[in-house]
Amino acid sequence: MDLFFLAISATFVNNILLAQYLGNCPFLGVSKKLETAIGMAAAILFVTSLASLFTWSVFTFVLKPYGLQFLQTLTFILIIASLVQLVEIILKKKSRTLYNALGVYLPLITTNCAVMGVALLIAKKELPFSEMMVFSSFSAIGYGLALILFAGIRERLLISAVPKSMQGTSIALVTAGIMALAFMGFKGMAS
Amino acid sequence: MQAPESQSLPHRDWIVSVSPHVKSNETVAKIMWTVVACLMPPLFLSVFIFGVQTLIITAVSVISCVAVEYVSQKALKRPVSIMDGSAVLTGVLMAFVIPPGVSIFLPVLGAVMAIYIAKHLFGGLGFNIFNPALMGRAFLLATFPVAMTSAWLAPVDGFAIFSYFASGVDAVSTATPLAVMKEQGMAKFVEMFGSGTSLYTSFFLGWRPGCIGETSGLLLVLGGAFLIYKKYITYHIPVSVLGSIAVFTWIFGGEGWFGGDPILAVVTGGAILGAFFMATDYVTGPSTKTGQVVYGIGIGALTVIIRLKGGYPEGICYAILLMNPLSSVIDGFFKPKRFAGPVGGAK
Repeated sequence: MDLFFLAISATFVNNILLAQYLGNCPFLGVSKKLETAIGMAAAILFVTSLASLFTWSVFTFVLKPYGLQFLQTLTFILIIASLVQLVEIILKKKSRTLYNALGVYLPLITTNCAVMGVALLIAKKELPFSEMMVFSSFSAIGYGLALILFAGIRERLLISAVPKSMQGTSIALVTAGIMALAFMGFKGMAS
Repeated sequence: MQAPESQSLPHRDWIVSVSPHVKSNETVAKIMWTVVACLMPPLFLSVFIFGVQTLIITAVSVISCVAVEYVSQKALKRPVSIMDGSAVLTGVLMAFVIPPGVSIFLPVLGAVMAIYIAKHLFGGLGFNIFNPALMGRAFLLATFPVAMTSAWLAPVDGFAIFSYFASGVDAVSTATPLAVMKEQGMAKFVEMFGSGTSLYTSFFLGWRPGCIGETSGLLLVLGGAFLIYKKYITYHIPVSVLGSIAVFTWIFGGEGWFGGDPILAVVTGGAILGAFFMATDYVTGPSTKTGQVVYGIGIGALTVIIRLKGGYPEGICYAILLMNPLSSVIDGFFKPKRFAGPVGGAK
């Protein structure tokens, strides 16, 4: 039951995007079309779960026993960057369309603060293995959910008579703020 | 035929549809003013329940919504349409979902959020993705959390409007039924409000603490029934919202399974107001019938989740706001089947 509440909390209550404001760059960048948003959500889910697994192992078995926690940021960046390269190679071979659709945003996951943020949060909370897996994957699912929801809105915004000065990123940021306001409804849940 | 060049689309004066073209005399303005008229009985009842300040807050809310609408449309160089009643309706609905004891400056701020940010920045009437009135409430709740969750007034026996002028006491503050249930438990709730049929009756008639317009279930149901009779709304959304709130509360709301009180869940809080007047908004809800049922069940489920597990006592406002962006996605799932495939083979 604790794992269930952790999952709910990571997906909705402490939504990595709308409650903690991490990973805004791809949120605005790839949300113009539903298709790329779904691809990005899948990529984030894959990278976050895998990266958290690796960073958690390194943190628990190498950094902590030797008192090297001050190296965590550096180590995590290295691990995540090499992982993203791996994902990129796999996508290039396996799914050329998705690879082309994601374009510049896949390499950008390298410096995506959502992936990094999840890894650092796990290290900070010192979660055990099972909770780490649930937390990382459901944080990524929450991210993907917000991203896909947002892409649906932006497709609708394209046919709206948005004032010229507000078109594009401006109205997207306003919408993101409004969505964060709506997500406040989950506040206090599963805590 | 004004076509302000500041818009991304040409001004829509044309209608595209297949023949035969039958025009009815229903207009946006007529529908909006009818809905406003349906909301007047609950407003007047609230004066008897809570006192004249409900009327003052509603008036301030309506005036500021219309003013913000006028200023926004002037500033964005759009045709001014304050007479179509949509801003008036937003003002009334926003006043209906704020507590009766708040400062009269709150609805002014809420109006800026509701009309300018949630409506005109998205392109004006017909393009807003989120319900403006609820957006105003969510904004006020995030900005003034104490006032918006504690400025409740106790319903006055007899004629509040006269005792308001007669006695020196402005108001007696209290807590809403759902807040009492959440924070102090069922035993305290029964002690404060009683139980059984008399409880249901007094709650349904409106004699309970709550937001300005949400208390009188009976008058709201009558107003909603009139809108259904006029075919301005269909029964799908209200029935699925209230039905799912009742069913989910019955299953999960009690100590064990199937121990909740479905009637109480429907007559307290803003369930009836939300189901008939908020969720049925044309712009922010789905338009296919199946989609409307799914949308309504989603609202009901989220409401019950927030009521039972969330930090706020009442969840229907957030439930509707969370389902609003999904409405076009839901409609996409239940698109009517195309009668014949496109020329050159089915896609």
